[in-house]
Formats: sequence, structure tokens, C-alpha cells
Amino acid sequence: MQNTRQTTATQSASGLIATNLGKRYGDRQVVSNVSIAVKPGEIVGLLGPNGAGKTTTVSMICGIVEPDSGSVVIDGMDSNDGFATKQRIGLVPQDLALYENLSALQNLELFGALYGLSGDLLKSRTVEALALVGLSDRAKDKPATFSGGMKRRLNIAISMVHDPDVLILDEPTVGIDPQSRNAIFDNLETLKARGKAIIYTTHYMEEAERLCDRIVIMDHGKVIASDSLANLYKQLPASQTLEIECDRMVDLAALRNVEGVKDAVLGATPNVAPDAEPQGNQTDANVVTQTTSNIKISLNDLSTDAAKVLVWLGVHGIRVNRISSGRANLESLFLTLTGRQLRD
Amino acid sequence: MNNAINALKALVRKDITLFFSNRRSLIITIAAPILIAAFFGNLMSPKSTKLSKVPIAVVDLDRSPLSTKITTALAADTSLDVTTPPQAEATELVRNGKLRAMVVLPAGFGSNAPKALFSRGENKNLPQIDIHYDPSQSMVLGLVRGILSQHVMEAVSQSVFGGNGFNNLAIDDLRTEIAASSTRPELKRDLGAMFDSIAKVQTQMQDPTQTQTNSGDVSKSDAGKSGGGFSLSLPFKTEAIEVTSDLDKKYNGYAQSFAGMSVQFVLFMGIDFGIALLLARRMGLWKRFRAAPISRATLLGGSILSCTLIASFVMATVFAVAMAVFGVRVEGSMAGFLGLIVAFGFLTATFGLLIAAIGQTPEATRGLAILATLLMVMLGGAWIPSFLFPEWLQTVSLAVPTRWAIDGLAAMTWRGLGIEAALKPIAVMLGFSVLFGGVAIWRFDWEE
Repeated sequence: MQNTRQTTATQSASGLIATNLGKRYGDRQVVSNVSIAVKPGEIVGLLGPNGAGKTTTVSMICGIVEPDSGSVVIDGMDSNDGFATKQRIGLVPQDLALYENLSALQNLELFGALYGLSGDLLKSRTVEALALVGLSDRAKDKPATFSGGMKRRLNIAISMVHDPDVLILDEPTVGIDPQSRNAIFDNLETLKARGKAIIYTTHYMEEAERLCDRIVIMDHGKVIASDSLANLYKQLPASQTLEIECDRMVDLAALRNVEGVKDAVLGATPNVAPDAEPQGNQTDANVVTQTTSNIKISLNDLSTDAAKVLVWLGVHGIRVNRISSGRANLESLFLTLTGRQLRD
Repeated sequence: MNNAINALKALVRKDITLFFSNRRSLIITIAAPILIAAFFGNLMSPKSTKLSKVPIAVVDLDRSPLSTKITTALAADTSLDVTTPPQAEATELVRNGKLRAMVVLPAGFGSNAPKALFSRGENKNLPQIDIHYDPSQSMVLGLVRGILSQHVMEAVSQSVFGGNGFNNLAIDDLRTEIAASSTRPELKRDLGAMFDSIAKVQTQMQDPTQTQTNSGDVSKSDAGKSGGGFSLSLPFKTEAIEVTSDLDKKYNGYAQSFAGMSVQFVLFMGIDFGIALLLARRMGLWKRFRAAPISRATLLGGSILSCTLIASFVMATVFAVAMAVFGVRVEGSMAGFLGLIVAFGFLTATFGLLIAAIGQTPEATRGLAILATLLMVMLGGAWIPSFLFPEWLQTVSLAVPTRWAIDGLAAMTWRGLGIEAALKPIAVMLGFSVLFGGVAIWRFDWEE
């Protein structure tokens, strides 16, 4: 306990710092040495396939599951110090965690009271929370009469009623329409702007890409990647690509020397001439002399390096018949890191 | 501390609001015990428990004055509905369940029965009256046998001592038999004197003028009766008096049935409470509660408190209807009555929690919990009052808390006992509650 307090004293940084969390159920190590830090005003995406240990990690951070090892510190307070950290966390469970037969207002009042709110403060917080999610006009209605999207928004409002510093959302957009999803994104961006530290667990790559400043990817109970999206993409061999159809053959070896080009390989060859069969080990990407006009080029930065490639082609008198660009996504990142699809 | 109390109040308020918001469930929770208790109460009320006339047949194969007199006496009995069909027809009616029993007075009964009155037990001519009965109505057998014995003894005694339908032949036969026996001489002499006295009485009974002279009081009181105005009858009469709190207060069968049914249905509510906890554990709500800055004691305490309050409310409401509509009254201690209700509410809450702790899933728990509850209410005397149980079962059922609840409620209502009669049941129920609650908290799995 003394060590923990020392740790608390030294970790004065604001936001959430979870360090070396570990949890074992019987012989199965569910979570091992997981560390996550979220600063105020930051959204961190927690990704991983089913069984990766995300829920257990989130449960340990929220104080629902006691970790076997590690610590959770929020704004300098350790989770072992009574209910101090719980008071600062708002949890949005994946399941709708509300009472269908209590009004929206009664739901907020109930959970506000559990967090120690009462009287005028409770009233004002419930009003604010409902306003945040755009449900002020439905305060006295029961969620049983709400659409799926409205219930999801109320689900978030309940977790916000005590104005937590850290908000943890476990797949909050499951099963709702795009309009409601956008409304929730707007809510989260508002909360981010208010300085909330947010952990966002999701299966939807596009959500993580849109919302998250940083991504933590888990697999088999361990963190296998944790960085900003841009830096994570840099780990990919082909995070940003150009596909070009030329009117003649291109010297791939020379093309690879262009600044910003990470690699250049043969693309599809729909019109390979019979007399242009590659010789010897021409299929080797390092020494190939292209026999086709379709090439696939990996770039460091699509926005700046694409122009250099086009200039190089022009200088060499090569005309471009068709061009398309592509970006790697988290799906491909996850596939690269784990060898598995995210939803395996 | 204030936060904990604030949270506890919020949890209780939530449960009570949810309970009252589901009106259909509320109505069923309260109406079901009332309807079933009303039914059982009606069956158990004194008016209903008085047996209707038992239909029997009397087959008189003797056709003697004595057997005719017995048949007439049986027909006049208010407890019996006597018909006299032929024996074969009567047998068929008993077999079909139309009659409860058939009494067959054998041929020679009129002559043999008086002799048998003085027999020494080894009389081979002891007449036998057969009672054929419906085995599904075996409880009636004792009643018929008792009434038959009464009327036979009355008629035979009158015949012997009243001189009607019986002559001195029987006594003469007995004199001869005793004279030939190895009985001691002094005993033979005494028996002879007794027979002389009987013969004298018979003679007097046949001559009313002598009776008036010698025993005027008796003849006056029994004037008009057969045999010169004297007859023998049972030497006593009985009067049934209900023993309750007050002689003016009558037993109310509804009090017993409402106690039993309210206990049963409130316990069912406890099952629902336990299963609701199991369901909640599966849902995000449970995570939200666990994530909140409240202790496990507050979380479970809130559930126990709200269930106790709701269970007490349901029981009190059911009894309020019983009082308003069915005349049930708290003849004993009102404080004891209320204490029993609250104690049983607490017992229900901890029972529900125990179910939640032992049950792994709602699906697996429901069947087991219903079986356990039905056993508890059955052994507790909710369906059949425990005083009707065999003695061993009455002893065993003391280990069931529902027995104490029902007995306690009976004590406070129709038995009209004081608060001291409620204290032990309350203490026992609180003891069971602590046991249930302790095991529940020990075994409760906080994670699905």
C-alpha cells in the first residue's frame, strides 16, 4: 500500500494512467502488463478482437474488476484510495444500462445520487447532461418510448451526469443508424473539447479513425501497438499507395529511387505482350524490368510524394493513362500486426 | 456516510418506483393471494367445515322390531341421509360413489344382540353388522361407526331393560348357561339376583300403574315414551365451544388461509427479486452500479431494504383486503402482527438474495427456486394448516421459517394472542434472515 501511495505522489500528471495491469482467471492470463494513458482532451481508441482483453482492461480501470497487478491513477489519485477514482470515471457500457420504466430524468437522478449528487446540484447536472445529448425535451418520457439512437444518447448522458474527468465508452454505437451515430460523435467531440479524457472501445475502424487521437491495439491480453494513427500507419509497408497505368514499360528499379517512394511493384497485367515475357528472375521486385504498364507504388506521404512520382514519369516521357490512390486502414494495420482480421 | 445513505435512498426509491410503475404485475401480485386465500378461506370457514349429511344405505336383513328401531333412529340422525334400497343396489351405489357407506343389519340381529349384551366375549352368536364403505371416503367410516354404535346401544339397552321387543327368553338362556358353568357359587348367586332385578324392571315397564307408584319422578319426566314411559338413553350430552380470544369471537377460516397465501405469494415475489438480480448481473446496469462509488454493502443493502419494504407492503395490503372484505381481524397484538409482517418481508428479501447467490443463471435458478418455495410453503402450513400434519411432520416443519410466519399470523389474528406469542416467530424469522443473508453474501458471485 505504501508503494502505491508513493506512486500516487510521483504521478501527478492529470488524466488517466493505467500501468502494467494484469488479470488472471484460473490458469488463463486474460490481461498482461497493459498500460494505457489518456490525457485530458484526448480520445484514445482501444481496439482488438473479441477475447483480446479489452473489456477486462476497461473493467479494471473502472474498478469493477480488481487487477492482480498494476495500478490505475486518475489526476494523481490511485484507485486503491477508496472511491476517489471511481468518482472521476464515467462508464458507458456496451449494453444499454438504463431503466426502461423510469423516465430519462429519473434515470439520471438515480445514477447522479449514486455519485453523491443531491439537491440543486443534481438538478442542474441532469439538465446539463440531457442538453448535451439533445434529450431535454424528452426528460419526462420513459426510454421505452425512445428510438435506439436516443437510448444510446441517454446511455451516454447517464455516465456524464456526475461530470467525470475520464469517460470510458464500450462500443457505444452498436446497432444504431448513421444519423444517431453522428450525433454521438458530435457529443464526444464536445466532451473532448471540454477536456475530458476519453477511452473509446470499438470494432468500427472508421469510428476510431475519425475520433481517436491515439490507438491502442490489444490481442491475447497484451498491447501490441500504441501510438497515433499516423505513426501506426508508418509501420506498414504500404500505408499509402498509388496505382498507375502507363502507356509503356517503366524501370521499377529507377522508380524506387525517387524520393518518397518506399516500394514499386508490378500491378495487374491485363495487356502483357507475348514477346515481353520476363526473363530469369524478373519477378523479383528488386531487379525486375517491368513488362507491363501497371505499377503499384508505396509512398511515405501520399499528399507530397505523389507529385514527385508524376514528375519523374513525365521527365522519362511516360504517359499516365489512369491513376488511383489508396490508404491503408486499421483493418490492414491490425492484419499486419496480428496476422488476423479484427473480427476473427 | 451521507453519500452512502443518499445512494441507499436512491436505490430503494428506484425499486419502489419500478414496482409501482408496472401496474399489471402489481395487480397480479396482490390479487393472486387474495383470490386463492378467499377460495381456501371459504372451504375452511366453520360454515363450510360442517359436514353435510352423509348419504348411507341401511339394509335390514332382520326386519325385527329392534332392527327396525335402529333403522328409524339412524334415519332420524341429523348427520346422516339414510336410504333403504336392496342390498345389491346399495352395494352398487357405494361402488359408484353415490353413497358413502352401506350398513347391513344381519338376520337374527334382534334376538342375538340383547343376549350378546351379557355375553362374556366368547359368544359365537355375536351378531355382526357389516359396514361397506367407499375407500375414497374413509374419513366417513369413523363417523358412521360412531353414530351406528350410539343408536344400536341405545336401542339394545332399551330392549333389554325396557322390556320392549325382548322377552325373558334371553335371560332364561343366560341363567341356564351360568348354572351349567363352573362359575363360583357366590357369583352365580349374585348374577341370579341381577337377572331377577332385570326381570322385575321389565315387568314394571310393561305395567305402567306399578311404575307410577314406585318411581313417579322418572315416569313423569319420560311420559309418553314407549314401554310404559321409561327408556334408556346416553348418560350425557355434549356442546361444542370454540376456544378463541373471546367467546364472542368466532374462528375465521379466512385468517388462516390469508396467512398461508400471503406467505406463499410474497415468497414468490422474493424469487422474482433474486432472479432480477441475476438478470441485472448480466446487463450493463450491473456494470454501472459496480462502477459507481458505492460499496457492495450499499448495493445489496439497497436491494434487501427495498424488497423488505415491498414484501411488507404486499402482505399488509393483502391482509387489509382480508379485513375489509372477509372479516379477518387482528384479535391479538397489532404490534406483533406488524412485526411479523416486517420480519417476513426481511426473510423474503434475504431468501431472494440467497437464490441469487446460489443460482448461477436465471434460467437454472427459476425452477429450483419455485420447488424450494413450494416445499417451504407446503411444510409451513400454507395449504393445509400444520395442526393437521402427522406429529412427526409437525416437528420437522418447525425447521421451516414459513411455519413460524403462518403460526405467528394465526396467533395474532384469529387466536387473539398477545405480543409475546409473536416474539418467538419474529426472532426465528430474523434468525433465518441472518442465515440466508450471510450465506448469500458469502456465496454471491459479483461477476457474471
